[in-house]
Amino acid sequence: MIELSQVTKTFGKNRVLRGINLTIPRGQSMVVIGGSGTGKSVLLKSILGLVTPDSGRITLDGVDVRETERDAFLARFGMLFQGGALFDSLKVWENVAFRLMRGHAKRPKAEAHEIAVEKLRRVGLKPETADLYPAELSGGMQKRVGLARAIAAEPEIIFFDEPTTGLDPIMSGVINELIREIVTEMGATAMTITHDMSSVRAIADQVAMLHDGLIRWTGPVAEMDTAADPYLQQFIHGRAEGPIESVR
Amino acid sequence: MSLTALPEAALASLGRASLAALAALGRIALYAASTLSHIVRPPFYRREFLTALLQVGWLSLPVVGLTAIFTGGALALQIYAGGQRFSAEAVVPQIVAIGMVRELGPVLVGLMIAARVTSSIAAEIATMKVTEQIDALVTLSTNPMKYLTVPRVLAGFLTVPLLVGIGDIIGIMGGFLVSTEQLGFNRASYIKNTIDFLETADVVSSLIKGAVFGFIATLIGCYYGMNSGRGAQGVGGATKNAVAAASILILAANFVLTSVMFGS
Repeated sequence: MIELSQVTKTFGKNRVLRGINLTIPRGQSMVVIGGSGTGKSVLLKSILGLVTPDSGRITLDGVDVRETERDAFLARFGMLFQGGALFDSLKVWENVAFRLMRGHAKRPKAEAHEIAVEKLRRVGLKPETADLYPAELSGGMQKRVGLARAIAAEPEIIFFDEPTTGLDPIMSGVINELIREIVTEMGATAMTITHDMSSVRAIADQVAMLHDGLIRWTGPVAEMDTAADPYLQQFIHGRAEGPIESVR
Repeated sequence: MSLTALPEAALASLGRASLAALAALGRIALYAASTLSHIVRPPFYRREFLTALLQVGWLSLPVVGLTAIFTGGALALQIYAGGQRFSAEAVVPQIVAIGMVRELGPVLVGLMIAARVTSSIAAEIATMKVTEQIDALVTLSTNPMKYLTVPRVLAGFLTVPLLVGIGDIIGIMGGFLVSTEQLGFNRASYIKNTIDFLETADVVSSLIKGAVFGFIATLIGCYYGMNSGRGAQGVGGATKNAVAAASILILAANFVLTSVMFGS
């Protein structure tokens, strides 16, 4: 279980997170929604330690993440980045097997290659893709490779940062389905940040809405449509009128 | 603004710029210390190191060779023309040799490495930062300092002295070709004069300068890449600043090293 308590983060004069309280139960898929620039990515990166919060506490299974051994902590996570963040200089299979070929759980090259090809197959890519370079792939294929890399070491917790941004609706649907299937079959805890409502409905068990540096609403996805929070309703229905200021 | 306020504002602006430059130097020094500490601690990434050796060393040979040969040739012409004024044309072999080995070889190779390698490293790492590849490395339990900086800096430290040595030889050869083919020098005596005049200390100083310049060029590329701003503008800014900083630091280091090694 991941718990955030009164987490704050400021960049210059911009107070991005103003006291976040959020619980992500083990084995659940939490989707954090919110407009662009509301701090969703900062929230996610704060948990991973890529951004250091100014104050507050983040715990994983009751242990403060600042007190854990860094490598062991990160070994429990997999992450799909918004743009894929694939390493240009490495082949696709080397990207997928990156963690498997380094560190404490290092595997022989042949075994790592085999696992990479299997993970690529799991996300719907043919074995021939393994020997290509990321620049030779389409955006959708890069997302799939990123997903394969995120699950390659079978992590307990997987983070998805805007998994469908920049994809066409059909490819978005495919990625959403893949995420749902993989999270379910791995029994992983998942945290996704997105502003794509089709992703929310496909992926989420729980939903949290982030606005103005605070969690405005959180609850099961089934209760999202009937919730009374006006911020949430404006966001999920994409209305221009409402408490969230829109720039015209 | 009153007339008396103008000098004050200018001084304040100068002060701010000086403080910013000192702060940047401090950050670079800390980055260098961190790099050195990572060089001696595992894990080591052999493949990345070999790739860096190829990129920094082998692929820089053509640009180093061309720079050196033209510089050596031009140096011979200048010394000959200048020497004629006081009937000292015969010193061309000695001055070309000492000029190339002590000064022009290391400095020009250093500056060419700053142009070719520092820019490339800064742009590559800055792009990796902008596209979240650095964050991805961290989430994959890989220290970017060890994976990106250490192999490049080590490759620069080890290969640039070799490039300087090769540049020195090619530069002297450029002077030799111009002197013997155009200025009428005897080949055998030119070579003899060159070898007789050069001392071991000249060559060693050249290689030491090469190692220091290689360290600076690659370290600065990594530093500015890692600290780049966002977007294409951030990558461009990191690249531009890295080349400027590396060039200035190489010239400053050259002055310091020359003062230490030949000052007395």
